[in-house]
Amino acid sequence: MITIVDYNAGNLRSVKRACDAVGIDAVFTPDPERVARADRLIFPGVGHAKTAMDTLVKTGLADAVRHVVARGVPVLGICVGAQLVLESSEEGPTPGLGFLPGHTRLLRVNDPRLKVPHMGWNAVRVEQRHPLLDHLQAGDELYFVHSYYLDPSEPQHLFATTEHGQRFCCALGRDNLFATQFHPEKSGKLGLELLTRFARWSGTPC
Amino acid sequence: MLSKRIIACLDVRDGKLAKSVKFVDTKDIGDPVEKAKQYYADHLDELVFYDITASSEKRGIMLDVVEAVAAQIFIPFSVGGGVREVADATRLRLAGAEKVNVNTAAVQDPDLIARCSEAIGAQSTVLSMDVLRSGETASGYEIVIHGGRTRTGIDALEWALRAERLGAGEIVVNSIDADGTREGYELTLTRLIADAVRVPVIASGGAGKPEHLYDVLTEGHADAALVASMVHYGHYTVPELKQYLAGRGVKVRL
Repeated sequence: MITIVDYNAGNLRSVKRACDAVGIDAVFTPDPERVARADRLIFPGVGHAKTAMDTLVKTGLADAVRHVVARGVPVLGICVGAQLVLESSEEGPTPGLGFLPGHTRLLRVNDPRLKVPHMGWNAVRVEQRHPLLDHLQAGDELYFVHSYYLDPSEPQHLFATTEHGQRFCCALGRDNLFATQFHPEKSGKLGLELLTRFARWSGTPC
Repeated sequence: MLSKRIIACLDVRDGKLAKSVKFVDTKDIGDPVEKAKQYYADHLDELVFYDITASSEKRGIMLDVVEAVAAQIFIPFSVGGGVREVADATRLRLAGAEKVNVNTAAVQDPDLIARCSEAIGAQSTVLSMDVLRSGETASGYEIVIHGGRTRTGIDALEWALRAERLGAGEIVVNSIDADGTREGYELTLTRLIADAVRVPVIASGGAGKPEHLYDVLTEGHADAALVASMVHYGHYTVPELKQYLAGRGVKVRL
């Protein structure tokens, strides 16, 4: 059973629908106690990082997610859910949950032909093997929509990158925690496969 | 590097597919959910539904269609038509649409864009604009509303810039002159808007041949190309269009 953190993140239902489609048992809940007891957790997110963080703190969900990560069960962050894994975000700005060292920064592109937000399908380059990314081949594209990017401080936490004006991290993790800037729930079969892998994942990075 | 997106647009009336030519003479061409599933299997990049249902009583049907589609396709999915208030946008989001298009109501009440952007995020707020060539405005293009029937005197370029400032995360530029002609997108208009705004621009209206997509994605500076009848009627498949574009050096997701 996967528990999806319900804090009014826009993609919550999309994540649930994607889980349903591949036969993954998933429920969403706004209840911090149920979140804290989860044996597998998806931490979704779309929208403004500070608004999301404020909601998480106010509802007690921030502590609940912190507790789950500390318990060592598999946790998957998506988009803003991935950004808040880091120490802070320039969007707001706001502190993050600080599970991993690093910051979420505004995506700046010099080429006027490149648009922000970075919206659409882009090739993901796997930089370090991970059970949730093992199905990806060179050139495989996943769906992105964001204006801020993940900038982890430690190279060992960086698992994949993409490029839009600059090359940046799009998947990071450590131990039982994994998080993606792209949206597996909107990335067609490759994204659904990632969710399927997450449902089976032991929570170790190899 | 981002791929250029191919977006299929389905006009839905009373829960069924319809296709218009210059916004009149609509006729039904099938079940939108089945069509959506076929395009998803074909590696379509994104799907747009426009609800052209005339009566508001039948609008509820659209929410059912959106839910049915959202349960079966896992690519971005955008819906427009009849969005007048934030509550309309929120309902569509909950039913499964990633993005909500505003058009006529935003022209009449520009703050609607800001309110939607605040409620569902800029990334989910799409301005869809219907544009006519015009001698009445500085850019030579004018915004029309009510499905192309009413001229507004508003300059299309100014409207695009204003919508971006108000919080639109993407802009669909639909040329009424080109719509349904299958003679190609309005390249000058598309490029004018795409070069002026920082958000992605989707070109719409006029696609009939694969070359038209190539033209608008290169010369027209569009980030995405909307297609309708050329794929709905089976003249071309999505993979054929993408193979063609890839063969000419356009980066697409195959």
